[in-house]
Amino acid sequence: MGKEKGKEALTGGEILVRCLKEEGVETVFGYPGGAILPVYDALYDADIKHILTRHEQGAAHAADGYARATGRPGVCMATSGPGATNLVTGIATAAMDSVPLVAFTGQVPTAMIGRDAFQEADITGITMPVTKHNFLVKDVRRLAQTVKEAFHIATTGRPGPVLVDLPRDVTAAKTAYEEPGPVKLRGYRPPREGNPAQVKKAAALIAGAERPVIYAGGGVISSGAAEELRQLAETLMAPVTTTLMGLGAFPGDHPLWLGMLGMHGTKYANYAVSACDLLIAIGARFDDRVTGKVESFAPEAKVIHIDIDAAEIGKNVRVDVPIVGDVKAVLRQLLEILQANPNPAWQEKVAQLKKEYPLEYKENGLKPQAVVRAIYEVTRGKARITTEVGQNQMWTAQYFTFTRPRTFISSGGLGTMGFGFPAAIGVQVACPDELVFDIAGDGSIQMNIQELATAVNYELPVNVAILNNGYLGMVRQWQELFYERRYAYTELLNPDFVKLAEAYGAEGILVEKPEEIKPALEQAIASPKPVFIDFHIDREENVMPMVPPGEPIHKMLG
Amino acid sequence: MRRTFSVLVENHPGVLARVASLFSRRGYNIDSLAVSRTDDPSVSRMTIVVEGDEGVLEQVAKQLRKLIDVIKVQDVTAEEHVERELALIKVSADAAARAEIMQIVEIFRAHIVDIGRRTLIIEITGDEKKIDAFEEAMRPFGIRELVRTGKIALLRGSRTTTASEREE
Repeated sequence: MGKEKGKEALTGGEILVRCLKEEGVETVFGYPGGAILPVYDALYDADIKHILTRHEQGAAHAADGYARATGRPGVCMATSGPGATNLVTGIATAAMDSVPLVAFTGQVPTAMIGRDAFQEADITGITMPVTKHNFLVKDVRRLAQTVKEAFHIATTGRPGPVLVDLPRDVTAAKTAYEEPGPVKLRGYRPPREGNPAQVKKAAALIAGAERPVIYAGGGVISSGAAEELRQLAETLMAPVTTTLMGLGAFPGDHPLWLGMLGMHGTKYANYAVSACDLLIAIGARFDDRVTGKVESFAPEAKVIHIDIDAAEIGKNVRVDVPIVGDVKAVLRQLLEILQANPNPAWQEKVAQLKKEYPLEYKENGLKPQAVVRAIYEVTRGKARITTEVGQNQMWTAQYFTFTRPRTFISSGGLGTMGFGFPAAIGVQVACPDELVFDIAGDGSIQMNIQELATAVNYELPVNVAILNNGYLGMVRQWQELFYERRYAYTELLNPDFVKLAEAYGAEGILVEKPEEIKPALEQAIASPKPVFIDFHIDREENVMPMVPPGEPIHKMLG
Repeated sequence: MRRTFSVLVENHPGVLARVASLFSRRGYNIDSLAVSRTDDPSVSRMTIVVEGDEGVLEQVAKQLRKLIDVIKVQDVTAEEHVERELALIKVSADAAARAEIMQIVEIFRAHIVDIGRRTLIIEITGDEKKIDAFEEAMRPFGIRELVRTGKIALLRGSRTTTASEREE
């Protein structure tokens, strides 16, 4: 670590902070500890906002929420050992949903690595299967270049989490700061445009189709292709369904909108997919929650699959025309050569399906669906919505009308309970002037409820609508339907959420009657504080329709 | 179906772990694996023999390519190539058996590389079938220990798998 003449010597921590500035990072979510102290010391005077969460998992989810809301990389930070392992669920959540996240972890000094030192964990080993890539920096002179590579990998191609492990001696060491050079990774060349020959083949299939359906996923949102998707749908007059991750990629109030497909999709989306002769899959990965019994998925359809990740092609289903490339670039290529192909008979058939099988629920008592609709109405659809996982998530997906990308933020792939509240904190930090709601269950909210302190601490007026049925509702629903109502360990004895919110310095509102829903929401929105609204909903309300596990998606209950 | 992949990777610590982790996580079966650095010290070559159906084998190649440290993946099975494996076999060889063993060694063009009082170590190179056949031929004498390197392979002719070449 020799001093070089004419250049200012910086500690590794200071270099990291400078690199973060270079990357345009404005906010870091983290939790300090011994091994990462040199970084925190440098952050102390830095022009970067640091949000101290109350648990490292909260920091990872908050950074994830920030990234999903903005499209910019989220940054989280934790110390070695348990600090680092507490990030793992958050990193895995981001990996499954292709979220650009950069996680920095402290590590014991290089000389101590492998000796089971205090708070040592092999975090690069542990996170190998749940990161896009990770690094252990062993030399302070490699630090700046590594940070640049980490951000490059996290944000390009199919985005994903990257972890950088920083031994304490590396961040404490001083060296002359060298501007990192251009990123050269010979094993990493994310594709952009699709192969023109494949695009032509796709256009030919589309021209011959009589019953096309567009099936879009989160890739449309990550590549910023919502506008191209709308143009494609309108050119073809083809109905559009999306995955959970794709909600917001297509306007939910558009006449071509089919709603979500799959296990808790609309009946008409599932019927349309089952009847279509061409399925145009865009930035989606044929997840089992979407396909149901995969052999019977879209049985009459030729399949065009557009994805930036070549490994997604043919992973779960057979594809007729694969196009590997950035969704936005490929859709532009397609739009250039496509002709209108309206298929009026198919449009009529889809309209009929929509009329015949509407999404509906019985309005007696305090219904969760009514709460979700009320949140939509009171916020005029302008809010950013996060969810937890389970019934709350599915009711939100079904009953909130999402019209813009990055307004529905939910853990789809990993299905992480406890995601929504810290994610909402991240979203509120990213979008200080917008309304943010976490639609939660009474089970999920308790998995990261400590972040109430963070929300109060940073005066983040996040609203949490707890759909409280005193159960782990989705598990109870499965027990009701598939385990003869044997409710094994799904009933919850809950705290008084109103008092709990108040104890943290937040506001709490109890809602027990349908007529109290809207006033409570208005009160929450008007409040400058974080608010918990405890909705005591119908305890055994189910999420319907439902495709039982292992069944084809046209076989729905409810 | 079995395929032999020639995989060029960055010669970084942890690369083998990344590849192994990928195989174990996705449930792929490695038949054999040989790793060493290439003429370019920044690049290592892994020769991986994988068993699976066509879909699995396609995924193996694609998932390997997704690893940042993987520079190139080539399925050499589909191309004209030379493949070799080396084995060291320690067999029981008392005075009575030696002559016969040496005769078999001769036929297989193997070499005796160590002579002990009751054992011989034989070195043999060849393709997998040859080594399997030799192993069978030695079995009646009593195999004390056996080690195989796993397969290595190169494309025939002037075609190469190099790091600089763009992936097709």
